[in-house]
Amino acid sequence: MTPRPPGAHLPEHPDRLWSAAEPKAAYDVVIVGGGGHGLATAYYLAKNHGITNVAVVERGWLAGGNMARNTTIIRSNYLWDESAGIYEHALKLWEGLEEELGYPLLFSQRGVLNLAHSLQDVRDSVRRVEANRLNGVDAEWLDAAQVKEVCPIVNVSPDVRYPVLGATFQPRAGIAKHDHVAWGYARAAAALGVEFIENCEVTGLRVSGGRVTGVDTTRGAIAAGRVALCAAGHTSVVAATAGIDLPLQSHPLQALVSELLEPVHPTVVMSNAVHVYVSQAHKGELVMGAGIDAANSYRQRGAFHIIERQMAAALELFPVFARAHVLRTWGGVVDVSPDASPIIGLTPVDGLYINCGWGTGGFKATPGVGWCFAHTVAHDDPHPLAAPFSLDRFVTGALVDEHGAAAVAH
Amino acid sequence: MLLIPCPWCGPREEAEFHYGGQAHVAYPENPAALSDEEWARYLFFRDNPKGVFAERWSHSAGCRRWFNALRDTATNEIHAVYRVGEPRPVTS
Repeated sequence: MTPRPPGAHLPEHPDRLWSAAEPKAAYDVVIVGGGGHGLATAYYLAKNHGITNVAVVERGWLAGGNMARNTTIIRSNYLWDESAGIYEHALKLWEGLEEELGYPLLFSQRGVLNLAHSLQDVRDSVRRVEANRLNGVDAEWLDAAQVKEVCPIVNVSPDVRYPVLGATFQPRAGIAKHDHVAWGYARAAAALGVEFIENCEVTGLRVSGGRVTGVDTTRGAIAAGRVALCAAGHTSVVAATAGIDLPLQSHPLQALVSELLEPVHPTVVMSNAVHVYVSQAHKGELVMGAGIDAANSYRQRGAFHIIERQMAAALELFPVFARAHVLRTWGGVVDVSPDASPIIGLTPVDGLYINCGWGTGGFKATPGVGWCFAHTVAHDDPHPLAAPFSLDRFVTGALVDEHGAAAVAH
Repeated sequence: MLLIPCPWCGPREEAEFHYGGQAHVAYPENPAALSDEEWARYLFFRDNPKGVFAERWSHSAGCRRWFNALRDTATNEIHAVYRVGEPRPVTS
């Protein structure tokens, strides 16, 4: 039997799925940012709430920012109840999303291993497994030998600097093809009447009498009854034009892919302690993500020593990667919040809504946040799953502290 | 990788430094008198400009001293570095 060439099972690139609109004078809702979150929010506004006079305004091209730069990992094994609520809602939506959108997303539930390298890691991981189960999230604790069974290429030898003592495993986790997710949402939203305005940067929010009235853009002013921010790393810049300060810091986050390889990596492996996460794309590239660059920056590139450290960690975990070549590295700008949880909800300006602070982990939440944020915008009231992530939690102290606790490589 | 001109040691690679975030954030003079909003602002809110940013660095693998820098976050260009206690330089 001749082996199929890598990627032979992938669908052909489709024709244009939406038409690029000229901005109209006014919309009921303007969504700032045409990434995954903006597109999903537009889709659910139209689908769930019947609000179709909607424009998604994007400074570049649709899904060309962090939606094109993430490592496509999907999981819901977060520690706290609030996080489990919204991420598990997202995962359940992922499980029906190809049918919902009528579009192939290459959603592959190949599971995720979150490795533990120290006794404290082990204790935290076992605690998280129990917390996940109480929240109806599938989770198992695996010892090193079981880790090897799930992912044979992981080095579980005890004589390395950070030995693998075990891992949590979420079998329903996985990956999806990020571009297809964006195209699927855009196509479905366009069919419901949503317009997409590309190459149109929002330069200011218009506020009158404490209420948002529209946006100024590089293609002129657009009036809006409501404005929803899905601007990721640039949220602070946009919000500042309405006088709103947000507890966000923008950092570069880097990732890379190898050349195309035969299938060697059957699952997703993340290691918080050594700061790397690895999966193998359908086409065959090893996809690896790093931690953020420490210094604030809006440059979509990071420092080489971050990549170097990430590679060192990857090689110790996967000695088989030693001969693989790096094909491409890149960076995106992520907005990090103080408690490593998103900020979703209302703002001090009436009719202006924020969805930001997703930091390094927004892709997995795309359907869930689209669903909850659309509800928030439509009802001028936070969706119950989004309510714990309000801006005022930094005043009340009701933080959702997912630093480390979520096995997140922040 | 940034090339950072430590005011004590001269230009060194970013890997020798530790980042300290926004500069000139003073501890409140009377913390007990702060409202929840004011305390939240001190604790969690930092500037996040796309442009010149006054920030702290520690030359942790060199002289191990803290200092401040003015860096443009849109270009990563470092306009000035100055020692702790010195006023923020005026740059164009």
